[in-house]
Amino acid sequence: MRTAIREAGYSAGDHAVLRDIRFELPPGRLLAVIGPNGCGKTTLIRAISGVLPYVQGECHINGTDLLRADETARARLLAVVPQSTYIPPAFTVEEVVLMGRTPHLNWLGTLSAKDEEIAHEAMRLTDVEGFSGRWCSQLSAGERQRVILARALAQNTPVLMMDEPTSHLDLRYQIEFLELTRNLASQQDKTILIALHDLNLAARFGDSILAMKDGRVAANGSPAEVLVPERIQEIYGLPVEVFQSPGKQGTIILPM
Amino acid sequence: MKNLARPVLICTAILLVAVLLGIGVGSIAISPRASFTILWQALRGQPPADADSAVQTIILLTLRLPRTLLMLLAGAALSGSGCAYQGLFRNPLADPYLIGAASGAGVGAVAAMSLNWPTTNLGYLAVPLASFAGSLLAVFLVFRLARTGGTLPVTNLILAGVAVSSFATALSSFMMVNAGGELRRAFVWMLGGSTMSGWKPVLGMLPYALVGLGALLALSYKLNILQLGDEQAQQLGIRVARVRTQVILAATLATAAAVAFSGIIGFVGLIIPHIARRIWGGDMRRMLPLSMLCGGAFLVIADVLARVIMAPQELPVGIITALCGAPFFLFIMRQSKEGSW
Repeated sequence: MRTAIREAGYSAGDHAVLRDIRFELPPGRLLAVIGPNGCGKTTLIRAISGVLPYVQGECHINGTDLLRADETARARLLAVVPQSTYIPPAFTVEEVVLMGRTPHLNWLGTLSAKDEEIAHEAMRLTDVEGFSGRWCSQLSAGERQRVILARALAQNTPVLMMDEPTSHLDLRYQIEFLELTRNLASQQDKTILIALHDLNLAARFGDSILAMKDGRVAANGSPAEVLVPERIQEIYGLPVEVFQSPGKQGTIILPM
Repeated sequence: MKNLARPVLICTAILLVAVLLGIGVGSIAISPRASFTILWQALRGQPPADADSAVQTIILLTLRLPRTLLMLLAGAALSGSGCAYQGLFRNPLADPYLIGAASGAGVGAVAAMSLNWPTTNLGYLAVPLASFAGSLLAVFLVFRLARTGGTLPVTNLILAGVAVSSFATALSSFMMVNAGGELRRAFVWMLGGSTMSGWKPVLGMLPYALVGLGALLALSYKLNILQLGDEQAQQLGIRVARVRTQVILAATLATAAAVAFSGIIGFVGLIIPHIARRIWGGDMRRMLPLSMLCGGAFLVIADVLARVIMAPQELPVGIITALCGAPFFLFIMRQSKEGSW
């Protein structure tokens, strides 16, 4: 199963927001998407997930073209962790996670024992089981982020896309969240795309890196190929130094 | 979604007590026991035992029972649709009254009535349809006027709702003045007094209310998912635009059915869903049925108060609900300012 995006483009009015995007993603791999603000990372995820109208190109998962599939079929293939961590306040954590089962349910939303089991496994993985009965209005931003990840995991899709999922997390949860994500990719053979601002995290967790600039793919390759000073300066317009850390965890990117 | 049985039992018990009050209280009091006897005899087709109970039987079967059932249906329809509107617009202040659905239904009903005050059977079925049309038009207008770009800001929704509501109310008043004839009756209707007695309005309202509320119950799961916002709902596989249209149609049909026969009764659709959400949480599969049960009970009790407070004169029930509702509305506004739900 491969995820392949070909010649995807999206325009808002006369302004082309995404142009000629193409990349492929093998299963079990984690792709980190980087790039400056406004380069189209969020738009890319929204375009693929079918939220934007009139997206050109093709996006195949498992042979199905997502851009032409109906909502239910798409939601069975692709789960999204959005940048916004809005959760309706008057629901419990468990109720929100169970909503992830929606594309697998009938129109009345009848849950089977298997649905409950999958949702609870997702809650266990994301460490939200301890407060599954709490109202969402009482959660911290970091807890909300993990609840949303649990909901996306409950969707049980081969592909997972996340938009800046670590922006509200503290240092420990950033690392734990991304480690969990990487394990999901390798153990469950999920294909995962994450938009990240933090280049150090991208270097540490990305199996490959897709750098975007002005709605185009500026570079695509392994962290060692993409995260070199000249490339980063070209993309962000800021001189940087790249160190190899003495510890085992690779690269450090430092703005000068 | 757990433990739906217990709150439903509690609310049904409250509703039963309200109905017993509704058929028992009045210038001639009928005890719950006597009510049961009368209903039982009527069901079995037996004649009343003596002259006293004959009078009670007539009062109960031709006046109080249909009126109580009318209030029950109207209350259930208004709070059920209020609950749906609040969920749909993700706004705790949306209710059939505020977003113009009720006033729009009023225009439709008045227009139909000024052509043909419902004395024929056809009239009884046509008035709800006319209210439905008026109501849909008003909701559509509010929705279009409030929408900027892809979003539906709260302030815009309330402002557009208030403006369209006032316009619609003025239009109904204008038509009533122009139609001449029995002005007092029309005004009492506008204020939520039930001016039509007997079983016909109940039977006229029943099919529309059942269809509207039934459809809302069937849509309650999807309404839950819409609480996440359009984008997330769509990423979970919901056809947002289609579900939204279905909910608007069903809620507006229920509102129109209530307004056509019991006039404009404000605040029921606002208060009841709020109480339900605060006690039992925001899951629509709980909130919708419980709001309907409590709304029915509330309106039946409000109607009893309206009959008792200035007896033998009757107040329009809309006055009672507004007297309770307006302070509650202000309370909710204060609460949401403090960041609670």
